This record gives sequence, structure tokens and C-alpha cells, in this order.
Amino acid sequence: MTEAAHIEPVAELRPGRLREFWHYFRENRGAVMGLWVFAGFVLVAILADLIAPYDPTQQFRGHLLQPPFWQTGGSLAFPLGTDAVGRDLLSRLLHGARYSFYVGIVVVVISASGGILLGLVAGFAPKWLDTLIMRVMDIILAFPSLLLALVLVAILGPSLTNAMIAIALVLQPHYVRLTRASVMSERTKDYVTAAKVTGAKLPRLMFITVLPNCLSPIIVQGALSFSTAILDAAALGFLGMGAQPPTPEWGTMLAEAREFILRAWWVVTFPGLAILVTVLAINLMGDGLRDAFDPKLKRS
Amino acid sequence: MFKYILSRLLTFLPTFFGVTLISFAFIRVLPGDPIVVMAGERGVTAERYQELVTQFGFDRPLIVQYGDYLWGVLQGDLGNSFVTKKPVWDEFFALFPATLELSFCAMIFAVALGLPAGVIAAVNRGKFFDRALMSTALIGYSMPIFWWALLLIIVVSGWLGWTPVSGRISLLYYFSDSTGFMLIDSLMSGQKGAFASAVSHLILPTIVLGTIPLAVIARQTRSAMLEVLSEDYIRTARAKGLSPARVNGVHALRNALIPVITVIGLSVGTLLAGAILTETIFSWPGIGKWMVDSIFRRDYPVVQGGLLLIAVMVMIVNLSVDVLYGYINPKIRKR
Repeated sequence: MTEAAHIEPVAELRPGRLREFWHYFRENRGAVMGLWVFAGFVLVAILADLIAPYDPTQQFRGHLLQPPFWQTGGSLAFPLGTDAVGRDLLSRLLHGARYSFYVGIVVVVISASGGILLGLVAGFAPKWLDTLIMRVMDIILAFPSLLLALVLVAILGPSLTNAMIAIALVLQPHYVRLTRASVMSERTKDYVTAAKVTGAKLPRLMFITVLPNCLSPIIVQGALSFSTAILDAAALGFLGMGAQPPTPEWGTMLAEAREFILRAWWVVTFPGLAILVTVLAINLMGDGLRDAFDPKLKRS
Repeated sequence: MFKYILSRLLTFLPTFFGVTLISFAFIRVLPGDPIVVMAGERGVTAERYQELVTQFGFDRPLIVQYGDYLWGVLQGDLGNSFVTKKPVWDEFFALFPATLELSFCAMIFAVALGLPAGVIAAVNRGKFFDRALMSTALIGYSMPIFWWALLLIIVVSGWLGWTPVSGRISLLYYFSDSTGFMLIDSLMSGQKGAFASAVSHLILPTIVLGTIPLAVIARQTRSAMLEVLSEDYIRTARAKGLSPARVNGVHALRNALIPVITVIGLSVGTLLAGAILTETIFSWPGIGKWMVDSIFRRDYPVVQGGLLLIAVMVMIVNLSVDVLYGYINPKIRKR
């Protein structure tokens, strides 16, 4: 009985909240544009095998460094040209979306779940445990993130999986801090006291009573770390510490293209443009999310 | 104020020990025998192996090893490079001026453009300038800077031929590096064209490294300005008939600067992370490139020492920002 009384108001509020959220989100034209581009990116990632004209690792020995179709020497057979060993750039870019999406999802899931859990524990735990957790997070944050990720990958060995683990570890303290801060401010509110009085146990208090009310900053952080993860994974790939060739990961492609920058602009331009557009779309969405979750805050 | 500084220092110490613990652990958690891994394809004789075991202290209990390591760190002894055999400490501080010079220029670039951009955007809120500036800032914020660097090289160095592609100064010039800062040294050398050469080498790395801080500062300045502009005292200032330039530039900007200074201080970490990529691309002989090279050479004592020194440096800057912030804004001290 007490439980039903506890859940009911939440269930009633949900649809209204979502509509309200969408109402505010839609107002931000940039955010909606970002959402569309991101949806396109996800679609490409899922359908890469179907829409890519060639296999991303297939080498056409007769077409090395062929320019895009609108330049002399280019042809529609390879719309965006080919790279130094004759692989179709378009196919590699489309497949690259898959890796970036994968990196983003995995990193956000690992870092967010670990970070939220630690943040909740820190928020509810006795002071010594709280201090211990937060100090450890401070230590991780003392290192420049890319450097720490780089060193971690050096220990684990260069690969995309290890790069993802390293990036997740480096991004996770932000979730801990955010969650803990929200928990701290929610914990003293009346509804939490009420739940306590009705006899809710600690896990219930943590995950069902408090957590849903801490979610909006975490969701915004999720969007931001999705883009950071893509950028950092590409940077690691670029330094030779992420995905290894011939994987068509965008950062790795850039690294391979480096020596041709003055001869073949397209092998350098397109992979970077793909990273920029994807990251930009996600950041636009993140800004929109932040504004939509906090309509009272100075809307900018 | 003294109490505030003390409390900040008290949180600094555990973090410092934590950071030493991590850098200490680094060599020891490497999969496999660290000495064999470091030797790599070079191989290592049994004699040399034994010598190295003693040198690194791997034959003693872990806690003793850590004690020794910490004692060494406090005395500035970070061990010797595996490749060059020189002390890591000396190598770090020989290369550090190059990174400092680049970071300093990047920061000036970012502040000089970011502050006015943020102010102009805030004053023209919602209008064309605001939208244009903030869209540009978001693009800068989303920029993969390693790609940005390559683009600039293609256009500015390749097509236009305006700037050199790598290094700190043209090989034509040679002079002693008395300060380690190329701009100062080239001026002091008195050689014709040396300073211009140093500047032209700095331009592209500065733009690349400064791009993300520039975007962050512009965004932060805008939101801080917007907040301040809605305060009552701004309305009062306007009502008194002060010129818009005075209201925006003096009354508002002054108070908006507080959060902006924090952001500037906190972007030191970002700057050092960016320096890794920027220095690698432009062959800039600073600590970022040194770290990447050492990782590839498996020169782990260098990686270990560099990691520690960089982290401690970031921590010291953050601590100074905290203290400075407490000094500017007394409300913070009370917490």
C-alpha cells in the first residue's frame, strides 16, 4: 500500500514531463538540427554494410589516390576518391561511423553506470567513504585526460577496446561528481524524508526515490561525454594508440593519411570533417538538452 | 584567508600522494616483466638484467620500493631515462620552456579573441552577431584539433606558403638557448630575421592549441555576461545615463570576469592534453611530444616521471586558481 502511494505521482507526471521537455527542446533550432544529423549518423552506422559501395578494406590497385569525382581524374565509381592503397574513401567513412558510434555508446554506458553508482554511494555513504571516493576521483582528474588515456593504453596495449576502457575510466569521475552533487541537494528534501519515514530501505531510497530526480544533469553529461569519447578515441587512433590499421576508424584514417597531406587533400579532409560534423551535432543536442531540462535557467 | 589556504592545502596533499602512487604503480602493472618489455627488441643480457633489477629496486618489498620512490620524488629524483640515460627531471625541465611558450601564446590568443567575442555576443543577445559568434564557438569546441592542424598546414603552409610546417625556428639560425624561450632567445641573439622566424613557427601551433580554450572562454564569457547584465546595478548604471560602452565594458565585464578567470585557470589541463597532439603534429620539441615519443620508445621511467610532473603541475595551477578565487570572491572562503 505504502509502495503504491509512493510510485503513483511519478507515473502520473511522466508523459507531461516528456512533452514539456520536447516543447522546450524543439524551440532550439540548432538542437533539433543536431538531433537529425545524429539520427543520420546512427542510421549510417547501422546500415554501413548495405549502403557502402565497397568493402572498406578492398584495395583497387589501379586507382591509388584517385581524387573525388568533381576533380579531374576522379570518377563516380569512387565518389570521394581513394586512399594511398586504393581503398574507397566513402565506404571507409561510412564504416567509420560504426566504430565511432560503438565507441560513444560503450564509453558512455561504462563511465555513466560506474560513475552514477559511485556517486550514489558517495552521496549516501558515511563521511569517510565519501571522502575516499572523492579523493580518488580528484586524483584521476589531476591528470590531463588524453595523457592518462594514452598511458593506460600504453599499459594495456594499443587497440580500440583498450582505448574505450581507458577513455571510460578517464571520463567517469565527472559522473561521480555530478551524481554526488545532485544527491546531496536532493537528500535533504521533504519527499526523501517522507520515503524514509514510510520505511524505504537504502537501495530503494538510492535508486528509486533519489536517482530519477538527479538524472537531467547526468543525461546532459552523457551527451557531452559521447562526443568527448568520439574525439578522444579518434585522437588515440591518430597517435597510433587506438584502433589499428586497416580498421576504417576516422582517427586512424587520418593518421594513415598524414604523409599525403600536401598531395591528396581529400584523404585528410573527409575523415576529419566526419568527426567534426558528428561531434558538432552531438554537442548541439547536448546544449539543447541542457536548456530543455532547465527552462527556468537563463535560456540562451 | 589563511585558514582557507590551509584547508585547500590539506586537500592537495592526499591527492599528491595518490598521484605519486599511480605513477609508482605504472611501471609495476605493465603486463609481463617490465625490464624485458622496456628492452623490447633491443634485448637485454643477464648481467644487465640483474643490474636493472637492482637499479629499479624490483628485488625489494613493494612498500619499501614505494617509500624509496616517494623519497626520491621529494628530492627531485625521478630516475633516469632508459634510452638517453639522463635524469628524467633534467630532461623535463629542458623541454618544458618550449611547451610553456606555446601554451602561453595559445592562452593569449584564446583570451584576446574569446573575451571580446563573448562580450559582443552577450550584448547582442539573440541577434545575428550572437548567433554567428556562438555557432563558430561551438564548431571550435567540437574541433578535432589534430585534423584542424592538418587543414591549416594544407592551406596556410602548403597552398599559401606563409608559414613553416614544423619545428621552432629555421635551421639557418643558431644561438645558445639561455632562457629556453625561443622568442626571447632569438631577440637576444641579435641575428637578423631570427625573431621573425621564431614567430612564424609559432603561429600555426598557437592557433591549433588555442582553438578549444578560445571557444570555451567565449561561451563562458557570454553566459557570465548575460547573468551580470540582468542584475539591478546594471539597470541603475544605465538609468544614470552611463554610456553603453561603460556599462558593458566596466560595470558588467568586471564582475563577469570572475567565473571566466576560473575557466582560464582550469583549462591548463586541457592545454597540456592539447599540447600532446599539437606538438606531435608540428614536431614541437616540448613535453607533449617527449611523452608520446617515450611511450613509443617504451622509455617507461620517462613516462612515469613525466606523468607525475604534469599531474603535479596541473594540481598546483588548480590550487592557485582556488586560492585566487577565494581571494577575489570572499563568499567562497566561508564554505
